[in-house]
Amino acid sequence: MRPLILVVVVVAALAAACSSNDGSEVEVLRLATTTSTNDSGLLDAILPSFENEFNARVDVVAVGTGQAIELGTAGDADVILVHSRAREDAFVAEGHGTARYDVMYNDFVTVGPVGDPAAMEGTPLASEAFTAVAETESTFASRGDDSGTHSKEMSIWESAEIVPDPNSSWYKSLGQGMGATLNYSNETGSYTLTDRGTFLSQKESLPELRVMVGGASIDENVDPSLLNPYGVIPVNPDKGSISSGLADQFVAWITSVEAQEKIGDYGVDTFGQPLFYPDSEAWRSR
Amino acid sequence: METLGRAFGDALGLLWGMDSTLLEIVGLTLQVTLVALAIALFLGIPIGAAIGLARHLPGRAFLVPLIYTGMGLPPVVVGLFTYLLLSNRGPIGGLGWLFTPAGMIMAQTIIAFPLVLGLTMAAVQSVDPDLPIQMRALGATRRQVALTTLVESRIGVTAAVVAAYGSIISEVGAVMLVGGNIEGETRVLTTAIVLETRKGNFALALALGIILLGLAFLTNLVFHRLQVRQGGP
Repeated sequence: MRPLILVVVVVAALAAACSSNDGSEVEVLRLATTTSTNDSGLLDAILPSFENEFNARVDVVAVGTGQAIELGTAGDADVILVHSRAREDAFVAEGHGTARYDVMYNDFVTVGPVGDPAAMEGTPLASEAFTAVAETESTFASRGDDSGTHSKEMSIWESAEIVPDPNSSWYKSLGQGMGATLNYSNETGSYTLTDRGTFLSQKESLPELRVMVGGASIDENVDPSLLNPYGVIPVNPDKGSISSGLADQFVAWITSVEAQEKIGDYGVDTFGQPLFYPDSEAWRSR
Repeated sequence: METLGRAFGDALGLLWGMDSTLLEIVGLTLQVTLVALAIALFLGIPIGAAIGLARHLPGRAFLVPLIYTGMGLPPVVVGLFTYLLLSNRGPIGGLGWLFTPAGMIMAQTIIAFPLVLGLTMAAVQSVDPDLPIQMRALGATRRQVALTTLVESRIGVTAAVVAAYGSIISEVGAVMLVGGNIEGETRVLTTAIVLETRKGNFALALALGIILLGLAFLTNLVFHRLQVRQGGP
């Protein structure tokens, strides 16, 4: 038994040593955001310069927009970075956040199987393409997770005056993230709505899918309803234990021309186009 | 505390309402879990008993640690492996099992099988080693020896059943990957809990969790009654 006890003691000591490293004076900012900003690699690329400048550490909680807003409402995050305008405005109106600031945008595209059973390729408007999907009863994969992308998809169905039924044979409500939904569509030959960034970053493993509505880059996307703006909101300090000073510094930093330039540069090397386009007030009036 | 209180209220409301979506999710959860368990038992108990009895099996020093490792297979890795097998680009993609309950059953069987195998083997080994020798001396066939030993170790074998059941009914990684959490098709309790948590519906998620625990408890109550009837504790 004695060697076993020794192993347990050593492991416990190691665990204690590791956790005590966190006790330094670095201030921690909890950022609740959507999976798209994190999975695309954007945050990994831009956050280190904030962390260095302010001697802070950013703990990123990447979840659906619904949960990110809920984290802010509960005071479990200091700042939120999401993309669902109506819910962002409601969040501020209800007093959970102090104010909403424009940060950046990208766009949504409709992707589908190369065979294109709904014959939608080149359709300018997403709502027309969705109508074609419903009429031909081609398989459509919905995020179904109350995310910003899911909200956008529902608003497109609404403008097409179609109420998709998850119990029908062609409409699949997955309840999963963008990456998993794209994999599903690739495997099953389904159409889906995705943000361009996630599609581009995963394109290598999606040989069966092609952009049907939205063109090859944001400049070719003629449907204004497919624009996808992101906003940042500091959580109301009334909720207690909120690092509100650091949250305000973060907002000032991410909307600054310097950080906005980093956002606009990200992805150009790898994908030949930015994944996100800077759009803060400071950037627009530079 | 507020969320917790609301969750219990919601759980009762959900059970009371017996809403058809919930019934469908509970039904599929039980279907997938029980079919996977049945296959794992059908294969795992006889093979486990055989290995347990074959105390001088060549390669045993390698086989037993291998089985013990299998008992701790990370479900998400099993899910990934099953996904790649069943993918269109995978070797058995032609079955069309990806994103179907059949695929989920396959993944959960892979998780449950080593558990049943290992715990049955251990239970059989814990029976007095003289018993098989005496039985053989009295003229019993190999089959009779195996059956009697299994009956003697029934409490341990029931524990194997309970452990395998508990590990797969509460498993989320594999069924999420292989099933895809599709509403009305492959959504089970655990994947519904992940989804509602992501949506920020913490109370509803917790309510589903309470239903899952209740379901596990009810089934274990049945297993325990069987164990008691067999003369166990």
